[in-house]
Amino acid sequence: MSRAAATQDRPKQVYLPHRAGLPRLTTYVATLWSRRHFAAELSSATMRAAHTNTFFGQFWLVISPALNAAVYFMLVNVIRGGSAGPDFFMHLLAGLFAFTFIQTVVTNGADSVVKGGNLVLNTAFPLLLLPFSALRTAFLRFLPTMGILLAFFVYFDYFGPHSDSCDAITGACSPLNTIHFSPVQFLAIPAFALLFVFAMGLSALMATLQVYFRDTSQLLPYATRIWLYLSPVLYYADQMQPWMLKLEVLNPLFPMLTVWTDTLIRGVMPSTAMWLGSCAWALGSLLVGTFWFISREREFAVRI
Amino acid sequence: MSHDEDEMVIPQLADRVISEEIAVSVSDLDVTYRTTLEKRPTLKQAIVRMGRGKRSVRTIEALKDVTFEVPRGTVLGIVGHNGAGKSTLMRTIAGIVPPTRGRVEVTGRTSTLLSLGVGFNRALTGRENIVLGGLAAGLTKEELDERYEQIADFADIGDFIDMPMRSYSSGMGARLAFSVAVHLDPDILLIDEALSTGDAVFKEKAAQRMQELVDNSSTMLLISHALRTIINMSTEVIWLDHGKLMMQGDPEEVVDAYTEFVHVKKTTAAMNDM
Repeated sequence: MSRAAATQDRPKQVYLPHRAGLPRLTTYVATLWSRRHFAAELSSATMRAAHTNTFFGQFWLVISPALNAAVYFMLVNVIRGGSAGPDFFMHLLAGLFAFTFIQTVVTNGADSVVKGGNLVLNTAFPLLLLPFSALRTAFLRFLPTMGILLAFFVYFDYFGPHSDSCDAITGACSPLNTIHFSPVQFLAIPAFALLFVFAMGLSALMATLQVYFRDTSQLLPYATRIWLYLSPVLYYADQMQPWMLKLEVLNPLFPMLTVWTDTLIRGVMPSTAMWLGSCAWALGSLLVGTFWFISREREFAVRI
Repeated sequence: MSHDEDEMVIPQLADRVISEEIAVSVSDLDVTYRTTLEKRPTLKQAIVRMGRGKRSVRTIEALKDVTFEVPRGTVLGIVGHNGAGKSTLMRTIAGIVPPTRGRVEVTGRTSTLLSLGVGFNRALTGRENIVLGGLAAGLTKEELDERYEQIADFADIGDFIDMPMRSYSSGMGARLAFSVAVHLDPDILLIDEALSTGDAVFKEKAAQRMQELVDNSSTMLLISHALRTIINMSTEVIWLDHGKLMMQGDPEEVVDAYTEFVHVKKTTAAMNDM
């Protein structure tokens, strides 16, 4: 090894007292980027490890959302009396899968730093990789659900009732199927991108919150369930009570899920207000979440 | 004796090249932990505390006004009782814990062996954990591809490499972890009590690999309670007591002073077990 050459590329690090401020962002982002493979591997490892003891293994990534869909199919089409029709069922699935993505990010993000204790205490790396790794895991769990959604979509598009079909004896008519492929559906990609950016900030926010307030993860299951009921997933937005609709300005998932299901399921262009609302929440979450995390992260090693 | 009275003594071992270049420079370093009294901060306790008008924060001065320099090529042993601040010092040099006051300058790539198997996932195989541990420790993907076989060979755990780590004996796990750590090719290696890894054969191999690392002019900081190891491996020793630097200098001298200080006779048993 040539010693002279080695001396030149030896990096110099200076550690100074940390006054609750931000590190140099360009350096931080560069380090974050250079260590991205670690975050990716950490998330892949978590996913592989999660199913090592099960018979179906990785198939659970498809089985669990399929079962989830089956449960809601039963709820909507069997228990409720089957009057809802394919449109609503598809609305529900799309909303539910997107919501599950957010829920997974929130739950795993909250645990990412606290449960990464051994890593945090013994290795130097930008800790933001931990919640981002949780985000990647959630995203990889989300992808197979889109396959299930597509399968239902194809089924309803081809085999769904295309004209009013009425029962000759009772006279009850099943609702018209409006599930069809349309170019507007491509807008679901930017719609999801906004959800993704929102989740990015949220995972960092939750991770920080959990470090300072350990009850966070205990409260999360209830908080997310209420969040689900307050969001237009189990019903259409226009079925909401007027007073509730007024409050939805505070719910980030209201515009985001509206944009998501409008484009993906109904194939209609969401209003500009909904797009702007989604952008604002996504950007706001990203900025608040990541900056709060970064400004605090050097303290994490002494807090966990 | 305090650090500023103590002239730095660098023993010129025949085959060691100790450079003029400074690898680690620590000046006026204080590290104070602010910790909450409760192990897990919760709302209930916060409310109870607020009611009593108490503040939950307690400070622990882990390091107080520590100053020293480590020239490149040095093997610096660190001795001191439990809680003397040795691990905190390592973490500060590694950039994990921020200084409360003072300055730490590190020239070169550091690799930490502060705890074995950091980042390992026990549900995964040894091979998968080499990748995970290597990336966690800061190897790039390319470097890892290059060294992967070397690491696996060095650990020498046979077929277990393809089995989940939860089936390993603790010795095997430690061998794998040690193997990852010493193949990082660091300029500065920080080791905390990890030398007593594995069986006699592996210990021998580990010691050889450490010597190689040292010969390749990397700098090493070594915490160990086995004073014999400290004397054998170090070119210089520092002694910490309650966060203060008591002494820095020739390994024999510092270890002598330290043992005398803790009133332990330099018997063989003490040398190995302290």
